[in-house]
Amino acid sequence: MTKRKLVIVGNGMAPGRMLEHLFEATDQYDVTIFNAEPRVNYDRIMLSPVLSGEKTYADIIIHGEGWYAEHGITLHQGDKITEIRRHERKVISEKGVVAEYDKLVIATGSNPFIIPVPGSDLPGVLAYRDLDDTDGMIAASEAGGRAVVIGGGLLGLEAAAGLKMRGMDVTVIHLMPTLMERQLDSSAGYLLQKELESRGIDVRCEANTKQSLGSDKVEGVELADGTVIDASLVVMAVGIRPNVALAQEAGLEVNRGIVTDATMKTSDPNIYSVGECVEVGGMVYGLVAPLYRMAKVAAEHLAGPSDAAFAHAETPTKLKVTGCDLYSVGDFAEGEGREDIVLRDAQRGTYKRVILKNNKLIGAVLYGDVADGAWYNQMLVSGEDVSEMRDTLIFGQAYQGGGSVDPLAAVAALPDDAEICGCNGITKGMIVTAITGKGLTSLAEVRAHTKASASCGTCTGLVEGIMGITLGDDFVIPAAQGMCGCTTHSHGFVRRMIKAKELKSIPAVMQELEWTTAEGCAKCRPALNYYLVADWPGEYVDDQQSRFINERVHANIQKDGTYSVVPRMFGGMTTPDELRAIADVADKYNIPSVKVTGGQRIDLLGVKKEDLLPVWADLNAAGMISGAAYSKGLRTVKTCVGTDWCRFGTQDSTGLGIKLEKALWGSWAPAKLKLAVTGCPRNCAEATCKDIGIICVDSGYEIVYGGAAGLHIQGTTMLGKVATEEEVMETVCALTQYYRETGFYLERIYKWAERLGYDHIKEVIYENLDERKAFAERFAYSQKFAQVDPWAERVAGAEAHEFSPMATLNMEAAE
Amino acid sequence: MNMQTTTWVEVGTLSDIPRQGARCVKNGEMTIAIFRTTQDDVFALEDKCPHKNGPLSQGIVHDGCVTCPLHNWVISLSTGTAQGADEGETRTFPVKLDGETVLLGL
Repeated sequence: MTKRKLVIVGNGMAPGRMLEHLFEATDQYDVTIFNAEPRVNYDRIMLSPVLSGEKTYADIIIHGEGWYAEHGITLHQGDKITEIRRHERKVISEKGVVAEYDKLVIATGSNPFIIPVPGSDLPGVLAYRDLDDTDGMIAASEAGGRAVVIGGGLLGLEAAAGLKMRGMDVTVIHLMPTLMERQLDSSAGYLLQKELESRGIDVRCEANTKQSLGSDKVEGVELADGTVIDASLVVMAVGIRPNVALAQEAGLEVNRGIVTDATMKTSDPNIYSVGECVEVGGMVYGLVAPLYRMAKVAAEHLAGPSDAAFAHAETPTKLKVTGCDLYSVGDFAEGEGREDIVLRDAQRGTYKRVILKNNKLIGAVLYGDVADGAWYNQMLVSGEDVSEMRDTLIFGQAYQGGGSVDPLAAVAALPDDAEICGCNGITKGMIVTAITGKGLTSLAEVRAHTKASASCGTCTGLVEGIMGITLGDDFVIPAAQGMCGCTTHSHGFVRRMIKAKELKSIPAVMQELEWTTAEGCAKCRPALNYYLVADWPGEYVDDQQSRFINERVHANIQKDGTYSVVPRMFGGMTTPDELRAIADVADKYNIPSVKVTGGQRIDLLGVKKEDLLPVWADLNAAGMISGAAYSKGLRTVKTCVGTDWCRFGTQDSTGLGIKLEKALWGSWAPAKLKLAVTGCPRNCAEATCKDIGIICVDSGYEIVYGGAAGLHIQGTTMLGKVATEEEVMETVCALTQYYRETGFYLERIYKWAERLGYDHIKEVIYENLDERKAFAERFAYSQKFAQVDPWAERVAGAEAHEFSPMATLNMEAAE
Repeated sequence: MNMQTTTWVEVGTLSDIPRQGARCVKNGEMTIAIFRTTQDDVFALEDKCPHKNGPLSQGIVHDGCVTCPLHNWVISLSTGTAQGADEGETRTFPVKLDGETVLLGL
């Protein structure tokens, strides 16, 4: 009996596995393989260890030459099929070989996606797909220099780690905000980035490649923001595209991939397809597990009648970078009825999150501690009810029945030289030494001996934590109120840790301080965003999605969803031209109410959101900027007319108010900040109930602060008297900065002053001239980044999505 | 019998919506907020808090919920129901992605 002819186009892992299954079942086929690559079947997913030098090509061969001989396979290496003649059941190769088939399997795999930017065809720009690419990278690495890897997904990061191990300097450019965003959530992405950075890999997220530079060969990469990174090697690892050209020319049904039914049969009943080139059930696959399942299904149908069918299943992802342990499987998106369980261990740098729905596990993301990945996957596949072990599920298989989280882990993880008390420069080591050396047992004693937490007190929680670790059960840590339901840590603890551990992003804070939710809430996110803005000026990128709407659109939302707009009038002074422009704007945009505010400003109420940009553009054109009437930050400096006009005026209160407002505008603070400068003690500008007030007297200026005239009413307290305007400016800036650095989010200045003590603040800001100067300098530095008119930025196109609807329809909704 | 038919309408692309944010679709008198989560899932709610009709599209998005900008009610993106002790429900709409395209079911 003559055997049937099976021809396979492609010699990758999927057809290799298919043949293994086929030969187990039957020997009815004569097999011919055409392979465009000049080599036998090797394990493509092990290319990363080859790149890093941990394995060689010989180690990753799956089928050696002997295997092909043993099964009587004709293997055409380095010869590519260029045409399928379906009506003749023949394939024709580049070298002119013609092969007839009874059954044909197309396994052409995928092509790397090369982003269409200038310079992508320069020598030295490589993809990362096969052994030739790997060899090319190894050769390039021998010359040393810097490699730029474009793409922070699985493949790109493996390439980056491998090239680093080969001794190159490596920069990873990634378009999205976090690495491997398809497989990881932002917390795990943060940990991964930190690990890679600790190995000396430069990671740049939200970076868009503009072009590869160079004339004869690649010399660098230019980003969309104009940054140029020198590079002798550029690796593109931005994704793959199913290789469908051959099937398409043959007239087979092709969509994203070659379309097959669940038996892996294409639109031609004599042609099957397996591997990355396939689209089955509307999905294309790039990980090996589903490809192997395709191989098994195709083999069964080739061997004889079978009811085998390919079904979609979640595939766990792992990164093959030695020392970076991560694992993700299933669905970790948000959805109806889903519950998250999150466990973070800052000391070990681990993050675990499992997602439950209807008491069943539907997804897991693990970083650092992946030992239980398989266990979670098993529960996911079996769909078993996990309600019995819900409470301990997150601790893993070994902990069923026990396990607890240590709230002090983050404190314990701090190195001895971490600065705990910023006011007095006291490190963790100094506190521990004092406690053990002097036998201290109470917070008061620790304060007395070390000065830690004796000044502004923000670090009290941390000092108590250190006492807890050092003294064990002998010290009971007083319970502080957590910031919100997402954490048991207090505002003070979090603020101090942001500095001590140099945490510079919201995911970093949430991970290192063991947040119990994945993304925080509307209470903690704006607070963290403020702390990071205040603590890392020029470094931290403001997270707009963690700001309340008023600060996001720079206007105040009203009860009907319209906005109010207040232009800045420095010191409460305006001009006929400004007033005309305001009147014109009110007419032009049918603004229903125009109101004079208590802070000496004009408020345009009832502006429609889509009118905000044109309203601002018109106000900008008349020289006005945002009045920040919506901000947790500097609002207004109110003044009286002073010596300009008033017969009682003692100083130029208007001029000083304008100077102060010019220095302070744009600054963010824990809560709103309102100032006033009054020209004499008659107090027409109402300085004595403001957050900070200046009372002009004949001999100088009294600086007062901590007033309140809201729910709570209280007069200000004297900070001190100074002789010159320059001293007023420096002292007010220093006071504001001290408040900015140590205030808790939404804590007005009078509450902050009560917490720290008015005497203490006076000592730091008024009496200690060096401190005053240092605070004022830090404020001035921060203002370099803060004094940008948000209206002008948005009129110029920033955050455009905020201001217009996505679409306007006119459809009847189905009832 | 009341026949229910869903018409899928293209309203834009996924990248039009910021992560952890929302965009509005105006449909006649009604405004529908389309939310995008960190994981690139999309949800659609009528842009009205069950409490005092606050525009939910302007709220902070976190862990599958949005916090209303007016009085901090927390509304589930998937079910439209108020969380915690508050009681109320916002109308939801089916929404799906076809590649990058956002389709709203009306």
